[in-house]
Order: sequence, then structure tokens, then C-alpha cells
Amino acid sequence: MVKVHKEQVLVSLEKAPTGINGLDEITEGGFPKGRPTLIAGNAGCGKTLLAMEFLIKGITECNEPGVFISFEESAKDLVLNVASLGYDLDDFVAKGKLRIDQVIVERSEIEEAGEYDLEGLFIRLGYAIDSIGAKRIVLDTLESLFSGFTNQAILRAELRRLFQWLKDKGMTAIITGERGDTSLTRQGLEEYVSDCVILLDHRIEDQISTRRLRVVKYRGSTHGTNEYPFLIDEDGITVMPVTSLNLNHPVSKERISSGIEQLDVMLGGGFYKGSSILVSGSSGTGKTNVSGYLADATCKTGAKCLYVAFEESPQQITRNLQSIGINLNPYIKQDLLQFRAVRAASQGLEMHLASLYKVIQKFKPEVVVIDPITTLASSSNVRDAQNMLSRMMDMLKAENITAMMTSLTQGHENLEQTENSVSSFADTWLLLRDFEVNGERNRLMYVLKSRGTHHSNQVREFIISDNGINLVDVYLGPEGMLTGSARVAAEARYKSAELVRKNQMGTAERKLEHKRLLILAQIESLKAELAVQDTETENSNANEEERGAHDSIDKAAFKVSRGGKQSG
Amino acid sequence: MAEHKEFELRLYIAGETQRSKTALENLKRYCEENVKDRYSIEIIDLLANPQLAEGDQILAVPTLVRRVPVPIRKIIGDLSNEERVLVGLDLRERS
Repeated sequence: MVKVHKEQVLVSLEKAPTGINGLDEITEGGFPKGRPTLIAGNAGCGKTLLAMEFLIKGITECNEPGVFISFEESAKDLVLNVASLGYDLDDFVAKGKLRIDQVIVERSEIEEAGEYDLEGLFIRLGYAIDSIGAKRIVLDTLESLFSGFTNQAILRAELRRLFQWLKDKGMTAIITGERGDTSLTRQGLEEYVSDCVILLDHRIEDQISTRRLRVVKYRGSTHGTNEYPFLIDEDGITVMPVTSLNLNHPVSKERISSGIEQLDVMLGGGFYKGSSILVSGSSGTGKTNVSGYLADATCKTGAKCLYVAFEESPQQITRNLQSIGINLNPYIKQDLLQFRAVRAASQGLEMHLASLYKVIQKFKPEVVVIDPITTLASSSNVRDAQNMLSRMMDMLKAENITAMMTSLTQGHENLEQTENSVSSFADTWLLLRDFEVNGERNRLMYVLKSRGTHHSNQVREFIISDNGINLVDVYLGPEGMLTGSARVAAEARYKSAELVRKNQMGTAERKLEHKRLLILAQIESLKAELAVQDTETENSNANEEERGAHDSIDKAAFKVSRGGKQSG
Repeated sequence: MAEHKEFELRLYIAGETQRSKTALENLKRYCEENVKDRYSIEIIDLLANPQLAEGDQILAVPTLVRRVPVPIRKIIGDLSNEERVLVGLDLRERS
């Protein structure tokens, strides 16, 4: 969005970057340069801080000196207030980059006697500006003047002159004003400052406070029109710029490992980088363990992982993960893994979103684990939670961050229905469930959906042991699907049956072999017999011939032996 | 005007405008009429000395500041309203 309009903006209106996280995105570059901007809001909503940060960032990032004209707080108080943000205003003052002037308007000691103007104020401002060559100025809050002077006609004419004068001097100015009941500001300052108006809001709902920022108008520039949550903490103001459902994020074909080998196989190679993964299940199904595996696998590759824990302390999570053989502590020390443990109820959804945004901007993780997201929903109404989650997903996707969210489902409701609000955001949905049978409770896991991957349709038994997570094929047999000891028993039965069968098969084989050998032996013996037979046949033929010969000899001999004369 | 007077007054102006002239004339007249010889008037032109605006917290001009006697009083405007000036300087009871 920002990029599309950039050229156009440069042509139409020069802007002064605020340097405030997120605000420059919303205003598409900052406040109008050389013109006044009005910041309206109730007491304590952060007007002064925003204005001061605008000056400080002007000094540190744009090298634009600034003047802070305070009508309420003393310079000393201001310095102290900002010191908590880590800024040393005295140092800026000493270097001639910043000037803080307190203008005291004390109604009780002023008597009005005749015509006057506010040239004195102009001279003071002009002097302050010229003394340091300021480019930025803050008037906080100009409305105090209204309590100091009774002649409203003069005052309003002078205010109009003041804003024109500031414009002529080319000052990028911030005017703060208290929120009025019917108008933006109590004294209608918005009618003088028509270029840019920012409204700050601080609402309490269900005892949880949420700060919001809205650009009411910005002449000559496009800007985000929504209410944006913002955060005030030790780093100053962070505005969370993403609210629109912007389904235009870059996608990656790169895969990252879940840390569980068998799960990667089920998913056809792991999660897509930048995708969102929902791990849902009732309590005790091992959601945190799956998250821990992802964190471990991520850090193992040297990538950063942010673990947002809403229910357990980091110490507890790391200890528990150690029991299944995952040690995250070294990664915490290497600053690869960062825990962010807060109670979901500690702040509003918007605040969670804004603070998460800030942490992500700073830490730049590749993987974010949110464990569990369901507590967010329970701390407020479902619609708000859904809204917040969708924005969070957009934010994470825009940064190409892989997000794993765990979701606690209640008891034995229809798991696939109760999570409609969340599941549509998830690209991959792993369902963990209890399976109670034969007096024992076993865990199952299956991939309910996984966009863009060939994923297994198989239910796996999910075993958590000292050695970690193991996904085992469930036993599918004539008895149906079996898990746990039933699976083990069934597998054992199957194995022993197999053994018996194998034995039986062996016996049969041996018998056949035996028979074959017998036959072979028979063949051999028959062959031998045949050989004998052949020999005998030969022998008998030979005998016959011999006998023939013998016969003639014998006959002769016989004749001879008869004593007769030899005939012949 | 180094000597200490009963009434030490300061008049802040921004340049020699008609309004500042009027204010000075009015002031002198009231003083002569009410506290003759017991007052001193110091005129500060903020255009010449802009840094002095901060000290007495001057926003409007002309501004008359009664520095002595304490408490400090400020009267803004061209001082054309005599009643208000005198009340402001505690020279007359507030009616």
C-alpha cells in the first residue's frame, strides 16, 4: 500500500517522518512538512509523549532541531518523563538540538485593561526557534491560552495568525488539544489546523485498557483511516499499522522442518515457510510439545524463534520440554529463542497485537509460536479475537514468518467445528486428540488440512516419551483401529501369529524339500537301476554271442566227445 | 533608576507601536496622579531583547508588570481602562 502511493505523495506533499514505529506507515511518510498537525485526545492518552517523540526522532533521525513549548508541564518534568524512555533531553539541549520552554499562563495574576495582542508569544516562539535553527515545534497544549485570556475574539484572531506565522516560517508543528465533548478539541483548534488531524484514544473495556490512534484527516495525502492500536512502553510509542485484510503477501515454496521427522513425512516435506499452522487439541494432548519441537528445529538451523506463552512461564516450558529430551536453554542464551510470557488478560487484544508487532520488528524471528491462542479469545469476545487473529496472521504473513498457534479445544465437543473461527486462518491444521479405550488414554495426531501439500491422510499415534515425540502408525486390523497397549498387544499377537505361520510355512517347506529330495533320491536310484539294467542288457547280449560261438564249438566238441569220427 | 521605589513597574512592548505608546502614556498619567515620585518605570522592547520575554512569562503585549510590591501583578493591554489598571496595581479597591 505504501509503495503504490509513494511517488504520488512525493509529488503532492512533502512529509516530515515522525520516526515513530508504525505511524509513518499509516500516514504514508509522516506529518505534513512545514505545516501544523493537530493531535487531539483525552488526558493521559499520550499526546505529549507522541509530540516529544516526534521532536526527538526529528533530532536523531532527520537532524532537525526542535522546540518544545510546554503550557502545562515544566521542562524538568518533561525531561524526567522522557528519561524513562531512555532519552537524555538535557544532552540534546546542551548540544543545541532541543529547546524546551515552559509558558505559564496564570489567570489569577493577569488583569486585562484594554487592547492587546499576543506578540509576546510570537516573539518567544520566534526567539526559541531561531536560537537553535529549529525545523520542528510542539505546542503542548495551546488550549491553556484560553484559560489565561478572557477576550476570546483577540485570542482566536491571534491563534489564526499564529498558525499562519508558523507556516510562513516553514515549521513542522504539532499542536496538542484536549478532546472535547462534541468537537475534536475543547476549544475547536481543529478549525485552525486543517492539514492533518490525529486523534488519540484510550478506552477501557472490561477493565482492560486499549490505546488507539486514528488519522481523522490529512489534507493532500492518502492515509490509513482505521483506528490503529498503539502501545506506550519503555521504547516509546509503537503503532500497529496493519488492520486491513491484505491478502497479498509473498509466498514461499521453501519448507521448514517441524522437528518431528515422521510429521515432515506426513506433510510431504515439512511446513511451508511463512505459513500458519494450527495445532489444536484438548488439554494434555501435547500441543506445547509440538511447539517445542518446532522451536528446537528452528533454532537448530540458526534461525530465530519467538515463543509467545500465554499460560506457562518460560521456565516451566523449557523444563517440561527437557523431560522429552528437548533443551531450549542454549538457544535462549544464543538469543535465537525469545520467550514472551504474558497473561492474555493482562492487556487488551489490540495491545497484544501492538506489542507482538513491536517484538517482531525488533527480534525479526522466522518462526513465531503462540501458545495458546484460545486464551485470547476467552479474555474478550470471539468476534474481536477473530478480528485480532486475522490481523495478526496478516502481519506475520507479510513478514513471511511461519506461525504455529496452539488451540485448546474443550473436552469432547466436535473438534472440527468449534474452531471455525480460527481454522480458516490456518494453512496447516494438525489435530491432536485423546483416544480413550480399554481403560487407557492415547494420543492421536492427524493432518486435518494442509494447503498446497500432499499430506498423509493417516492417523498416527502420537507417543511422548523421554526420548521425545514419536509418531507411530496405528494398528489397523480386523478389530478396528487400535492404539496404545491394545496396539502393542495386537502387534504382539500379530507377531506371534506371524511366527507360528512362519514356522508352519517352514515345516511345509521342509516337507516339500524333503519330498523333493526323496524324489531326487528316487530318481537317482532309478537312474542307478537303469544303469544296472543297461549293463545287464549289454552283458546278456554279449553272453548270447559268446554262447553262439560256444555253441558251435561245443557242438563240435560234443561230436568229438561222442567218440565218433570227426565229421567234416 | 537604580534607587528603590515603592512601585517598581516594567512595561513590555514589541516595537514602537501606537498601542505601546498609548500604554506608556496611560501608565505615566496614572502614576503621576496616584503615586507621584514613588514609582519607577522600566520599558522593555521585546523586539530588541526577545530573550527577556521568558523571564516574566510575557505572552501579550503590551504587558505591565508590577514587580514591587509583591505579589507580582500583570496587566495586559493598552491600559486604556483606568479602573482596571488601578485595581490591578492595588491602588484602588475592587468594586
